[in-house]
Amino acid sequence: MAAKTKASVHPLTPVQAWWLLATGLAAFLPLVARAPLWLAAIAGGAFAWRAALAWWRRPLPTRWLMVFVSLAGAAGVLLEYRTLFGQKAGVALLLILLALKQLEAHAARDGLAIVLLAYFLTLAQFLENQSLAVALTMIGTTVVATAALASLADAQARPVGLLRLAGTMLAQALPFMLILFVLFPRISGPLWGLPADAQSSMTGLSDSMSPGAINNLIQSDAIAFRVKFDGPAPQQRELYWRGPVLSRLDGRTWQPGHKSFGMRLFYQPDSDKQPQRYTVTLEPHNKPWLFALEFPTALPPDAIGTSDFQLLARKPVRERMRYEIASQSEVSFFLESFSRRADNLALPNNLNPRTLKLGARWAAEGGTDRQRLQLALDFMRSQQLIYTLQPPLMREHVADEFLFDYKRGFCEHFSSAFVILMRAAGVPARVVTGYQGGERNPVDDTWVIRQSDAHAWAEVWLEHQGWLRVDPTAASAPTRIEQNLAAAVPEGEPLPFLARAGLDWLRDIRYRWWAANNLWNQWILGYNPQQQREFLEKLGMQAPDWRKMTIMLGVLCGGALLALAGWMLWCRPALDPVQRQWQRATRRLARRGLARQPWEGPQDYAQRIATALPGQADQIAAIACLYARLRYGGAPSTMIAELRRRVAAFKP
Amino acid sequence: MLQALRRNLHNRFAAWALRVRPPEAVPVVLSQRRVYVLPTRGGLYYAATLVVLLVGAINYNLSLGYGLVFLLAGLGVVNILHTFRNLAGISLTVGACAPVFAGETARFPLILRNPDARARHLIRLNLPDQAPIVTDVPGGSSARALLPLPATQRGWLAMPRATLETVWPLGLIRAWSYTQPALQCLVYPHPADAVPPAPSFGDLRGGRHPSDTGDEDFAGLRRHQPSDPPHHVAWKTVARQGPHAALQTKQFAGTAAQALWLDWARLPPQMDSETRLSVLTRWVLDAEAAGLAWGLRLPGEEIPQAHGPDHTHACLKALALYGR
Repeated sequence: MAAKTKASVHPLTPVQAWWLLATGLAAFLPLVARAPLWLAAIAGGAFAWRAALAWWRRPLPTRWLMVFVSLAGAAGVLLEYRTLFGQKAGVALLLILLALKQLEAHAARDGLAIVLLAYFLTLAQFLENQSLAVALTMIGTTVVATAALASLADAQARPVGLLRLAGTMLAQALPFMLILFVLFPRISGPLWGLPADAQSSMTGLSDSMSPGAINNLIQSDAIAFRVKFDGPAPQQRELYWRGPVLSRLDGRTWQPGHKSFGMRLFYQPDSDKQPQRYTVTLEPHNKPWLFALEFPTALPPDAIGTSDFQLLARKPVRERMRYEIASQSEVSFFLESFSRRADNLALPNNLNPRTLKLGARWAAEGGTDRQRLQLALDFMRSQQLIYTLQPPLMREHVADEFLFDYKRGFCEHFSSAFVILMRAAGVPARVVTGYQGGERNPVDDTWVIRQSDAHAWAEVWLEHQGWLRVDPTAASAPTRIEQNLAAAVPEGEPLPFLARAGLDWLRDIRYRWWAANNLWNQWILGYNPQQQREFLEKLGMQAPDWRKMTIMLGVLCGGALLALAGWMLWCRPALDPVQRQWQRATRRLARRGLARQPWEGPQDYAQRIATALPGQADQIAAIACLYARLRYGGAPSTMIAELRRRVAAFKP
Repeated sequence: MLQALRRNLHNRFAAWALRVRPPEAVPVVLSQRRVYVLPTRGGLYYAATLVVLLVGAINYNLSLGYGLVFLLAGLGVVNILHTFRNLAGISLTVGACAPVFAGETARFPLILRNPDARARHLIRLNLPDQAPIVTDVPGGSSARALLPLPATQRGWLAMPRATLETVWPLGLIRAWSYTQPALQCLVYPHPADAVPPAPSFGDLRGGRHPSDTGDEDFAGLRRHQPSDPPHHVAWKTVARQGPHAALQTKQFAGTAAQALWLDWARLPPQMDSETRLSVLTRWVLDAEAAGLAWGLRLPGEEIPQAHGPDHTHACLKALALYGR
């Protein structure tokens, strides 16, 4: 036992140190962009220092310095995040540990700690991003970490050999991973409460709209959701994905108004029309909104409807979810969905005086709501408003400044000003936010709706008709609705990267990449308890529950283990070519009942055969002689060809 | 107390795990049923890490986290097979153990043969409480490991149970096996440091240097032993009797009849027997170093006068095994 402990405190060789550095960096680099600057500097410094020490083969710094730096790092984390235990603080602490452990790695045991820390940080990376690209980097990190483990066990091994070994072992581990992935009983949702900052990285529409809110969102290429239509997709200009409805204007900010909730729809779908069916795969956005085309004909399972025609999940969407839904554009509204007429007419008195005055003038002129709506649309068109991603800063009377002064704005300005104008004219109206359009991927025929497709439009209540969608943006920048953002924005304005029109081949690659990502999301990331059940049922397992899965898991893993063990352990020992030829010859003789006895040398055996088969005497004697000379006599290996030829011709 | 209990249990396990009654017949094949695997301490940390990672993946619903954990779990399982395969199937033979003096370190040669095409890496061999020897065995080849063990007493030193182990490739799993082939090392008595005056060393001039005597007289034939020098083999007899005849060794009588006698009886009577053996050992070494011919007289045993390495060995062996 004494010998063993002695062996494990061998100081790390420079080669091992390089491997550990590579492992640490592979885990550290994907996370460094989100780490605070000071932390990145400390950790990067530690890595660089370790590399320098390994390069010049200098001893590691004293432990006291390390203790001091790690305490300072922990204090920094405490200052930065106000806690040591949140998710982000935890990751930051692990990063500091990983970097400082490099400078404190004296023995193989410390090396193991670095590798295990790297595994933790790889998992931490998934908290932010689980894309296909991240999965590929995970494979890379695992190969490097495995090679580092192997180098800890074998300090003399060559890097190429280590990488090959790690690659082989991981390839052999893949079947186990697949079996476990498919069959390990999935448990839904957090085992305990998530830290408050767990979901902060998600982007999406918010439940209020103030100037600039959507503008921030629209610069993001992040995917909001994907849609797969059954049958042909509707026109681009009809793709209004309804989200939060805002009917209360609170100063400059639009807020949701009063509404009632129910397990039902608040309108009557027209049963004569064939609804458009499609499947939505919604990215997590930490809000309960489910997006659908206007208007769904039925609620998805477990969803809630509201009196302003939103779809809500029962709790915030924190993981990717999928729902099948059908929509049709024409529905008849129940009157109860408009129980609060006053809410949809209220305006702050002291803001936007010019707009209010204009609206009041139309109201005084009389006429129907529809006529006033037409007046407003005509007015906005006549103002020659410009759709831009870089609207000028509007301070207080946003609608006034937009309509009369700057005449440049974004969809939120259009919709907000329009609704204010309508309300001032006595027509109930409200703002609807959501997404408009999307991009079809021709590779797998799915539609991708990004945050940059976020949009705001308006709804107007017309007597005897109900809510009518009006998109004031379309009135001034029809290309935004009919094509996409890139077409609508004046030339020269910066666009979100993916919205730019690129080269065709680049677009093709992009589409393929999205299609792969979509498959990835549907099948790998979306593999939840429900999908597991469906998939296993499709594979023929009846009523899969965790017991059946566990049994199946054991059977398959055991089978894979046996197969691998059989292949690894019972593969035949390699024979040199000379022996292989000799065995070929003796096997043929054994088939004629003249097996070689274990104690018989080649010459003795040949003599015995010669007496038993006088016709073959010359051939067997030559073969035995060649074999003996090749194997024992140091004959040149060029004679193997001769032996092979003679054995091939030997037909006893 | 606890340590003793642990040691006792370990010995009993090892005796059971050896699967055969020692000493084993060579070649010893480390068959699959006598190779054991258990996680190392590092392996336990690895497993604990996987459990924590799995809990994290479940808690945060990270599909890719599941993937990582399952990949690493698969790696752990594959690692068991690799470590096991690295040891299982090796066959062991023994070499001849060079005699040592008491107080020196005996080195037991174990020859590891690898019947497979792939190499065996970092096989660690050790005897109880001794520093390990680490060796690789290339594919289809063999390697020799000299296992050190301090020789404290003269006589035959049997090799105790040897442990062969490996943690290759990842250090997470340890595969080990025990073996105890028949292998013993001759331990000569410790040569005394303070030598009493050798009675006959005084008239060294009476002895003649063997090289001066010219050829020696042929005294007869005896059965060949592997330690006999090849030029003493009676090749003519071999030629006469055919290739299957047993080899014979020519024996020569020394001519220096009046030369040195190292005699047990001439040592002071109050001297105990171990000290006597020790002193005689020193005399044998000195006489050989001085190039003398000498004979050795022990109670009930007499080795005629001769010289040379074989003679020295014979005398030292007689001293080593005296009374045993």
